Amino acid sequence: MSVTAPKKLSLKERYRILTRGLDWTPTYQEPAKIFPHAEFEGIKIRDWDGFVDPFRLTMDSYWKYQAEKERKLYAVLDSFQQNNGQTAITDGRYVNVLKIFLTAITPGEYQAHRGFAMLGRQVPNVGLRIAAQMQSLDELRHAQTQIHSCSHYNKYFDGLHSFSYQHDRVWYLSVVKSFFDDARTSGPFEFLIAIGFSFEYVLTNLLFVPFMSGAAYNGDLSTVTFGFSAQSDESRHMTLGLEAIKFILEQHEDNAAIVQKWIDKWFWRGYRILAILAMMMDYMLPKRIMPWKDAWDIYFNEAGGALFGDLARYGIKMPNTAEVANKEAFRLSTETMLTFYQMGHASGFHSWLPSEDELKWLAEAYGPEWERLYLPRFKYFRELEAKGEHYYNPSLPQLCQVCQIPMFFTEPDDPTKICFRDTVYNGDRYHFCSDGCQHIFEGEPEKYVQAWLPVHQVMQGNCGGATIDEIRKYWRVEDGEDNYDYVGSPDETMWKSWQADRLKVGS
Amino acid sequence: MHIDIKAASLQQKRQAYKHLAKRFGEDRPASRYEEGTLDLAPEANFHYRPLWDADHELYDKTRSKITMKDWYALRDPRQFYYANYNITRAGQIESVEHNFDMVEKRGMLTAIPAEWVERITFYLLPLRHYEWGANMNNCQITALGHGTALTAPTCFAMGDRLGIAQLIGRIGLALASNNETALNAAKDAWVNHPDWQGVRKMVEDSLVLEDPMELFLAQNLALDGIVYPLVYGAFSRESDRRGGAAISFLCSFMNEWYEETGKWVDAVIKVAAAENDENKALLKSWFAIWEARAVAAFKPLSVAVLGAEAGAQAIADVEATLKARAAKLGIA
Ligand SMILES: [Fe+2]
Ligand SMILES: [Fe+2]
Repeated sequence: MSVTAPKKLSLKERYRILTRGLDWTPTYQEPAKIFPHAEFEGIKIRDWDGFVDPFRLTMDSYWKYQAEKERKLYAVLDSFQQNNGQTAITDGRYVNVLKIFLTAITPGEYQAHRGFAMLGRQVPNVGLRIAAQMQSLDELRHAQTQIHSCSHYNKYFDGLHSFSYQHDRVWYLSVVKSFFDDARTSGPFEFLIAIGFSFEYVLTNLLFVPFMSGAAYNGDLSTVTFGFSAQSDESRHMTLGLEAIKFILEQHEDNAAIVQKWIDKWFWRGYRILAILAMMMDYMLPKRIMPWKDAWDIYFNEAGGALFGDLARYGIKMPNTAEVANKEAFRLSTETMLTFYQMGHASGFHSWLPSEDELKWLAEAYGPEWERLYLPRFKYFRELEAKGEHYYNPSLPQLCQVCQIPMFFTEPDDPTKICFRDTVYNGDRYHFCSDGCQHIFEGEPEKYVQAWLPVHQVMQGNCGGATIDEIRKYWRVEDGEDNYDYVGSPDETMWKSWQADRLKVGS
Repeated sequence: MHIDIKAASLQQKRQAYKHLAKRFGEDRPASRYEEGTLDLAPEANFHYRPLWDADHELYDKTRSKITMKDWYALRDPRQFYYANYNITRAGQIESVEHNFDMVEKRGMLTAIPAEWVERITFYLLPLRHYEWGANMNNCQITALGHGTALTAPTCFAMGDRLGIAQLIGRIGLALASNNETALNAAKDAWVNHPDWQGVRKMVEDSLVLEDPMELFLAQNLALDGIVYPLVYGAFSRESDRRGGAAISFLCSFMNEWYEETGKWVDAVIKVAAAENDENKALLKSWFAIWEARAVAAFKPLSVAVLGAEAGAQAIADVEATLKARAAKLGIA
C-alpha cells in the first residue's frame, strides 16, 4: 500500500466516513450495559442506521462557525458595556423582561445542555449522538452568552442578581424548572420529543419572537445580538427535532401511540410556560411587537397546522389541547398579568398597570369581550392605586400539581369562572388548572406526586419561615428593591435620573 | 442617537452577580469564566426522580464517592467558557488545515515508504475508536458529573475528542488517497487484532463505569496519560526515523492539545485529592487500577511498533512519567 493521488470525495461521503465509522459493536461489554436507557420507554427501532444526519457538521467546522459567531457577539457585548448601552433602551420597565429571561429561561438553557449531553451519550447511534452533543454545546453557549449579555444590566438594575439561586426556589420559577426536570428525568426518546421536537420545533418561535423582537423594538442591542447569533443554532436544533420524530415514527408503527402521548403532554406543558411570555408581549414591552394572540395564530395555528398536516401520514394528530389554547388566546396574557400584579410583593421583578394608550391597544387587539371582562378590573386597581392602596394579595395561592401555576386560568368556555380540576390518587386529592394538566397527571401519577410545589413547601416550613419577609430572604428577593410596582422602585428612580441628565445635556 | 449621561448618574449598583460576590467575599467584577461557570447548575429542590436512576436526584453529588465541600473548587486553569473555548480551537484548526495543505502540496505522504504506511495504519488509525470512547466518557461526565466547574470543561473535552477522532480519520483518508481502505483496515485491527484487544476491552469497560470521578480519572489521566506520550511521543519519533515525519506533523495538534488539557486534568485531580484523606485514597486506588491496565493494554502495541526492547523501554518511560505526574497530584 502506498499513497497515490487522492480521489474526489463528496462532502456526504466524507462526513459518513469520519463519523459513522467511529462506532463498533462492543463485545467485552453488553451493548445494553453501555446504552442502558435505549429500550425502557418501549420505542421500537428496527434499524438505527436509518437515522439521517440532518446537518453534516464535523467538529472542525463546528469550531470555526461558532468561533466566528462568538467573535462578533462579544465585540458587540464589549462595546455595549463601554458605551453604556443600557441607557439606550426605550424605558426602564423593559429590563423586567430581561429579569424574567435570565431567571426563567437561562437556567432552562443550562438544563437543555445537560439533557442533550445525556442524549449524546445514551442513544445507540453515532449520528444522533453527535447531533445531540453539538446541541449540548450550543445550549451551554446559550446559557453563558445570556448571562454575559445580562451582566452589564445587573450592574445597574435590580432583580437580575441571583438568577440560578432563585431558579431553584422562587414560586413562579418552579413552573420552568419542573418542566425541564420533567423532561430530563424522562428517557432519551421522551426528552427528544419534549425538548427537541415540542419545545424547539413547535414552540420556539413563540419564545424567540417576544424576546428577540421585543429587544430589537426596545433598543436592547445586547439581547438582539445574542438572539440573532443564536438563531443559526436554533435552526439546527429545529431540524434535529423534526428529523428525530420522523425517524422514530418511521421505525415502527407501534411508536405512533407513544409519540402522540408525548406530543399531547409536552405541547400542553410548553404552552403553559408561554403564559408568562404572553404577559410580556402584551403588558411588559414598552414598545409592543404584536399582540400575543397574533403571534399564537402565526406561529402555532399556521406553522403548527402545516407541520401536523405533514405528520398526519404517520397517524400523528394535533395536540388534543390545542383547541383550549385557542379559546384562551384572547385572555391568557391578561389573566397572567393580573395575577402577577397582585403578587408584586412576592416577585423578583416589577409589575405595573397599563397606561390609557396601552389599554386602547389591548382593547383593539382583543375586542369587546376583553373590554367587558377586564377594563373594569383595571379601572378598579387604578382607583386603589390613586388612593395609595395598591392591591397585593396576602394569601398563598393554590398551585396546579403539574404545571405549578396558581389556579387563575378560567374555564375554556367561561372566562368568568376559575377552572378547577382534581383527582384522587392513593387516598390524596390533587388539584389541576386544566384538563390538560389533569390528563398529564393521570398518565404518570407516581411522577407528579413527587413535585416540589413551592406553596406546599412554604407551608411545611421548608422555605425560610412562615412570614413573607422570611420567605423573601429564602428567595433572595430584596424587599423594596426587586419587588412591588415599577412605580416608586429604585429602578424607576435611576431611570428617571438618567432621563433628567439626558434632557440637561440635550438642552 | 446616543446622548452622554453624566458619569454621576451612572453609578453602578453592584459589580457582579450576588452568588459570585458571595464567593469572592467582596463585590468585585467577575471574569466571563466565573460568570459562565460558578453556581450555574441546579443545586436544590428537584421535582422528580429520574426514571433511569430512581436512587438519585437529577443532580446528585452522591453519584460519585468523591466528596467536596464545594464542587466549584474544581476550577479550569484555562478559564474556558464557550466563546474562548471555540475561538481557541478554531485558531488551532487553522494551523491543522495549513499543515494538511502543506503535506498535500509537497506530496509528503507519497514519500512515506509503503511498509511504514501500513504500520501507521496499524498503530495510529485505530485510535479514532479510542477517541470515540473518550468522547462518550466525557459526555457521560457532562451529563452526570456535579457542578458546572467540572461539567462545562468535560463538555469541551467531549467536543475535543470528536475533533481528534475526525482528525485521525482525515489522516486515514489522506493515507489511502481518500479511499476508506486504511480506515477499514484500522477498524478491523481495533475489533480483531490481538494487539489491540487489551485496549478495546479497557475502553469498553470504561464505558460502563458509574462513578463520574472515577471515569474522569480513568479516561483523562490514566489512559490518556499513557496513550498520548506513547503514540504522539515515542511512536511519532519512530515515524520520523522511518520517513513518516509528515504524520508527526499532522498530529502536532494532539501534542499541543494534550499539554493544554493536562493542566486542567491535573488541577481537577489535585484539588479533589487535597480535599480529604478519603478522596485521596480513592483516587489513589483508581489510579493504580487504571494506570496498570493502560500500561498492560498498550505494551503489545509498543512492542509491535518499536520492537521488543525499545517497545518495553518506551512504555516503561511513559509509565514513569505518568507516575511522577500522579505523585505531584498526591495520588501516587
Ligand atoms: Fe437554546
Ligand atoms: Fe396546570
